[in-house]
Amino acid sequence: MLAYLIRRIGQALLVMGVMATIVFFGLYTVGNPVDLLINPEDDLAAQEAAMARLGLDKPIHVQFGYFLAGLVQGDLGTSFVHNRPAIDLILSRLPATLELAFLAMALAVLIGVPLGMYAGLRPNAPASKAIMAASVVGFSTPNFWQGLMLIMLFAVFWGVLPAGGRGDTVDVLGIPLSFLTLDGLSHLILPALNLAIYKMSLVIRLARAGTAEVALQDYVKYARARGLSPVRVVGVHVLKNILIPVVTVLGLETGNVIAFAVVTETVFAWPGIGKLLIDSIGLLDRPVVVAYLMLTVFLFVMINLVVDIAYSVLDPRVRIRGGGK
Amino acid sequence: MTAPVLSVRGLRTDFATRAGRLTAVDGVSFDVGPGEVLGLVGESGSGKTITGFSILGLIDPPGEIVAGEVVLNGQNLRGLPEDAMRRLRGDRIAMIFQDPMMTLNPVLRIDTQLIETIRAHRDVGREAARQMAEAALAQVGIPSPAERLRAYPHELSGGMRQRVVIAAALMLEPDLIIADEPTTALDVTIQSQILYEMQRLMAERNTALIWITHDLTVVAGLAHRVAVMYAGRIVEMGAVDDLLDRPAHPYTHGLIHSIPSATPRGERLQPVRGMTPSLLNLPEGCAFAPRCPRADAACKTRPEERRIGDGRLVRCHHPLESGA
Amino acid sequence: MTARADTPLARFAGDFVKSPTAVAAGIGLIVIALAAIFAGTVAPQNPYDLAQITILDGTLPPGSEGFDGFHYLLGSDEQGRDMYSAMIYGLRISLFVSFVAVGFAVMVGLVLGLLAAWRGGWVDGLIMRIVDIQLSFPALLVALLLLAALGKGVDKVILALILVQWAYFARTVRGAALVEIRKDYVTAARSLALPGWRILFGHLLPNVLPPVIVIATVQVANAIAIEASLSFLGVGVPITEPSLGLLIANGFDYLLSGRYWISFYPGVALLVTLVCINVVGDHVRDILNPRLSR
Ligand SMILES: Nc1ncnc2c1ncn2[C@@H]1O[C@H](COP(=O)(O)OP(=O)(O)OP(=O)(O)O)[C@@H](O)[C@H]1O
Ligand code: SF4
Ligand SMILES: [Mg+2]
Repeated sequence: MLAYLIRRIGQALLVMGVMATIVFFGLYTVGNPVDLLINPEDDLAAQEAAMARLGLDKPIHVQFGYFLAGLVQGDLGTSFVHNRPAIDLILSRLPATLELAFLAMALAVLIGVPLGMYAGLRPNAPASKAIMAASVVGFSTPNFWQGLMLIMLFAVFWGVLPAGGRGDTVDVLGIPLSFLTLDGLSHLILPALNLAIYKMSLVIRLARAGTAEVALQDYVKYARARGLSPVRVVGVHVLKNILIPVVTVLGLETGNVIAFAVVTETVFAWPGIGKLLIDSIGLLDRPVVVAYLMLTVFLFVMINLVVDIAYSVLDPRVRIRGGGK
Repeated sequence: MTAPVLSVRGLRTDFATRAGRLTAVDGVSFDVGPGEVLGLVGESGSGKTITGFSILGLIDPPGEIVAGEVVLNGQNLRGLPEDAMRRLRGDRIAMIFQDPMMTLNPVLRIDTQLIETIRAHRDVGREAARQMAEAALAQVGIPSPAERLRAYPHELSGGMRQRVVIAAALMLEPDLIIADEPTTALDVTIQSQILYEMQRLMAERNTALIWITHDLTVVAGLAHRVAVMYAGRIVEMGAVDDLLDRPAHPYTHGLIHSIPSATPRGERLQPVRGMTPSLLNLPEGCAFAPRCPRADAACKTRPEERRIGDGRLVRCHHPLESGA
Repeated sequence: MTARADTPLARFAGDFVKSPTAVAAGIGLIVIALAAIFAGTVAPQNPYDLAQITILDGTLPPGSEGFDGFHYLLGSDEQGRDMYSAMIYGLRISLFVSFVAVGFAVMVGLVLGLLAAWRGGWVDGLIMRIVDIQLSFPALLVALLLLAALGKGVDKVILALILVQWAYFARTVRGAALVEIRKDYVTAARSLALPGWRILFGHLLPNVLPPVIVIATVQVANAIAIEASLSFLGVGVPITEPSLGLLIANGFDYLLSGRYWISFYPGVALLVTLVCINVVGDHVRDILNPRLSR
């Protein structure tokens, strides 16, 4: 297991290195780095000073060295707009996004798995047909429009929930969290639902397909032939087998949750990294965009690692391979 | 004569497939007494496994048990509420499935699967259940059972897994075990070893056993009585030696003569010619007629079961003479 | 109940019409496509012809009568555009962008996928490594960041969509082509030194097309949704060529004051389009890959 972890973390660092290289050279090919990294509103002398400070007057490979050195030290430049290190800015907004993303994933799994299993076990029941139809719609509804509709119904027409913002937060270990206050929770619920519905539809489909397949397996019939209760058969023998694909796909989808959080946060004015990204793009605050990119790459790599570990915990058959043959 | 443990009467199980309705088990009747081994023999698709599942009440849509009685120790199981039926499964009737590689849940450890079985039927704690499970493994000759308990199925060999499944069946000392070709997937030496051990354990406990197989040689060494199935019906039944020596049904005769060792030297090996019929369009009358050397016009009507001597039954218009 | 199936296409059509839902969705798609193609005829107003719109008719609710007697079936936006007409024109832009993008993505994917399968070795390794990395990042995010660098524009949205979608096709094509390449006749043809392009186009292409078609339907739906999201976020199409996504974004502010129709109806159009594509796509996949269904 340890060897496996070390190897995986090595791979993760490699991917990050590759991405850093692409980002760096991408900035050169896509645009002039001076435009990207220097505040265009500064006067000429200040711009030249900044260029010298950032090493933009040096040859490209030397600059790449600076860039990497900065990266290793966690220095990704300073936001033009906020005049703060970009990485600090991003990290201060990260908890809001993570809270939203975790709640959305939890909703997707806790609601999606039971519904999908039901539909898989009783494919012909009217309720199953309704579940599957709803999942096609949930799957097809564009995320941002769905968010608007949630606002329209709950905030504008019925006026029961706020239309946007984060509401009151409580600091836990220095991290502000919304879900612990009633006001925060009321602000959290719509964006979380918005982010969850697509995943939920996906989970329903996976769980249904998995259940339909697993239910036909000999070991399920054998479990019944041993007189186990239906709750045990479905809740342990079927569930544990369908969780393998569900967790795999969900893990891969976590990246998508972060991506779609950009949309949801914009719709609900949720102060996370996604909203920050869109604002920064609008304000041409490029260091923040770069910092966002590096952070999400890091997050994705870590998520993939966690998924692989979860996978080997769930499926004993891959555990042997995990040990590094 | 002691009362039978299991008595099946006129059992019929249908499947409503997309291509039409088929009868996989068609009017099957037999008894099994305590300590008795009944061999249920037939070629692939003849309905042996479905008969076993029907006894357990484990037929899922599109299948349905449409008629008959399944009487266990005097109690008719048909019409029993599902929960009462569930309590019998694994406890009073245990079934060993056809494919040892597929029967254990791959993502659960052996101990989980054995302990859950015990605790589904006995009010015992985890530890007590674990000890029962360990004892059961030891009993079927599994070395270092405590260690094996902690293994996942894929970590055990096929033979080991089969022993685990057999141990699971014996664990709660059921009245009846239905063993569905439990040894076909194993190599010959392990097969005979397991066969021998099972026979011994069953005899010790007076458990009734239905041994499903398509291999007559296995039956010869193990069963007391044999029922031969063809296209969902029992076509012949009787004491094992008597039936093997003097088959009355042309199909049984064909089966016996397709076994190399039963063929006298110099005589040509004579497999049952023709193909297994599709259950969806069985010939009218005797289902075996298209393959039967003795078939004639009478065989266009369905033959009824008839008694031919001592505990022998046959379903044929022109049974072979005794001793033929 | 044996359906007479002469050609694969006839069998496919036969299987397809067995599902009423899929047929309904298919008809819906045809209607939507026709409306988009003939937008000029179908829409009662050209929403981009300033002579035809009047600001006095701004944000009228659905069913209103305009200043000059024009009937606003689905209401009007803040500039007095007929939402129904704007929607049909918006649909046209959404469909145009996604079909063109997927078309190019298919071509790029076919070329690189076939190349990877055919050449093997380091070519294969390199292409597939790029595909893997690409696919491990969410398409929306990659497209968003690309457009942040490139700027707005229909052409740029199409480019971004091609860049995020080609990898799906390359992977599918390579997989299907490898299966085919291992078959005897290809080995034989290769050992006879037949020109590579004849094998590629004569044998491999026909065999890799069915899975490509399945993926392409899904990807058209994805492209429409991604384009709409990008436009909503303000990095997609320009205001002069509003797609459905941009129409929805424009209505956002009015939504909060209860004038829902500016965002609502374009969204319904988007949703119906996507549902139809997904239903048809699901069904096509089930037919081409029966193991997955039921
Ligand atoms: N789920 C099902 N749907 C439709 N028909 C079925 C189903 N299960 C079984 N059958 C039918 O029932 C018949 C009997 O099947 P069964 O599994 O009992 O055969 P078997 O005698 O155990 O054969 P084998 O030696 O191959 O295990 C088969 O021929 C099949 O046509
Ligand atoms: S009934 Fe007729 S066809 Fe059937 S087995 Fe007997 S002789 Fe043969
Ligand atoms: Mg069987």
